[in-house]
Amino acid sequence: MPDATGLELIAQELRDAHGDSAVLETTYFRDKATVQVAPSLVRETLGHLKEHGFHFLASVHGVDYYPEEPRLGVHYELLDMTEVDRITVKLRVSTDAPVVLSVTPQWPTADHQEREVYDMFGVVFEEHPDLRRILMPEDYEGYPQRRDFPIGGEPVLFTHNEPTNPGYWQ
Amino acid sequence: MSEVDTRADRPGGISYRRQEESIELEHIAHPEHEELLTLNLGPHHPATHGVLRLLTTLEGEVVRDIKPIIGYVHTGIEKTAEDKAYWKAIPVIERMDYLAYYFNAMAFCGAVETLLDLDVPPRGQYLRIAHLELNRIASHLLWLAAGGLDLGAISVFWYAWRDRDRVLDLFEMSSGQRMHTRYFQVGGVAEDIPTGWEAKVREFLADLPSRLEQYENLIDSNEIVLQRLRGTGIVDERTLLGLGVTGPLLRASGNPWDLRKAAPYSSYDHFDFKIPVGTVGDNYDRYRVRMAEIRESMKIVEQALDGMPEGAYISGNRKYALPPRHELATSMEALIHHFKLVTEGFRVPPGEAYYPIESPRGELACFVRADGSSKPARVHMRDPSFVNLQALKPMVEDEYIADLIATLAMLDPILGGIDR
Repeated sequence: MPDATGLELIAQELRDAHGDSAVLETTYFRDKATVQVAPSLVRETLGHLKEHGFHFLASVHGVDYYPEEPRLGVHYELLDMTEVDRITVKLRVSTDAPVVLSVTPQWPTADHQEREVYDMFGVVFEEHPDLRRILMPEDYEGYPQRRDFPIGGEPVLFTHNEPTNPGYWQ
Repeated sequence: MSEVDTRADRPGGISYRRQEESIELEHIAHPEHEELLTLNLGPHHPATHGVLRLLTTLEGEVVRDIKPIIGYVHTGIEKTAEDKAYWKAIPVIERMDYLAYYFNAMAFCGAVETLLDLDVPPRGQYLRIAHLELNRIASHLLWLAAGGLDLGAISVFWYAWRDRDRVLDLFEMSSGQRMHTRYFQVGGVAEDIPTGWEAKVREFLADLPSRLEQYENLIDSNEIVLQRLRGTGIVDERTLLGLGVTGPLLRASGNPWDLRKAAPYSSYDHFDFKIPVGTVGDNYDRYRVRMAEIRESMKIVEQALDGMPEGAYISGNRKYALPPRHELATSMEALIHHFKLVTEGFRVPPGEAYYPIESPRGELACFVRADGSSKPARVHMRDPSFVNLQALKPMVEDEYIADLIATLAMLDPILGGIDR
């Protein structure tokens, strides 16, 4: 892992390249470095870290920070296989304009994972080659992993062989 | 040979061949290389290892394009886990990748332990490793069985299934369940191993090498299987890394990336084992790598049994781990802790953790976000099958559809893990 100092160095490099507002927050929690950047700078940040050896995008996941604002978060877990380092790049977007530039052209592995974040949280990845729902049915409405989406109450899709009330006692 | 066109003898009949000649063929004669056929494979197909649907575009017998369509067994486990206390979420999370249940539980428990900064006692770590590696053996044996079935080598299926069943017997003995055992807890494991378990494991480990040899003799001297595996589904290491592929698939292409060695967790650094790698990255290498991994796992289990430390199998921190049953009758403290844990569960300080481990299929990682309550605010599983499935297209493009079946078998996707 880049230690707390290494994380600050990376953050400073990002600030030098893209202005002071590029890095919103750095956290170092339980030996894990996280850098939160402006959503518009996702490609630049990941590209910058790739030059530092983080060639492998392990995971992309969505988080809903409800009731905090901006609510939705997208995390990119980067891995440096030679130094065995990990760093998390974090973005926060609001539910009103949940738009992030897709990194699939640069990182082909993000294809399915960005589709999953779109499916579950409604984050739209611009320039994604094939942004469709991936786990939920195509005609599904709503984004089920958001915190204000209720658990249960899901209509049962296939009910043709569901037992009906015979009404013997009536 | 007798005449085919018997109709010519009938009164008024004309030769079938003649009849054909009268048809103007030009308008249906299409250039061979422009005919594309869309073939839907699955979701219910014996060769798709579950409910995987593949939309293939074929040109003759050659696959030109393939689109996996998934989500048929999506059960919203990640959402369900948000509604359960941390330790009550373990059983549902175990059911994601249903062949690697110990690994799912390990990733989740590891993430929660990271958030809590909770240490697992050495015996707990060794017990975990023994079970993880037995689970890896079981998972690879099932892959061998099902993969053999896909290639038409049905006898391998019965033999490998028999041995996998012995592993499940061991799980039943140690935890009471054959699958989805809920054996791993936050802070350690649920129970110590029973008397006689170790001897049973050793008996199994003594039998397995000769069995593996038998399977290899069955497969490696079968010309048909070899021809279907060798030189098919080759993807180079660079493409695989770009697609995020890990596990045996990446190692078959020559990259020795294994989290057990690279970033040892749960005292994997105490063990002496090797990382098998392939050379070409074809289906045959994938098969060899997995077979070699079974042998390495056996070594780890044996070392875990030999060096099993004495002491507690679960953390002594009563805020997070259940007190022993016998204390409940004598200690008020224990009763209170038990009550608190069973009703509300423990609270986890706010934070985010990403805990990667090496599952039988690659990097399995659990992301947990805690908001300070007793339920996780977000659980996300980075499932290797989900990511590795993207590599199917470069593997099978411009190859025969029969090789698609072989490649899918050697890819080893588990739909429970893909759809979650």
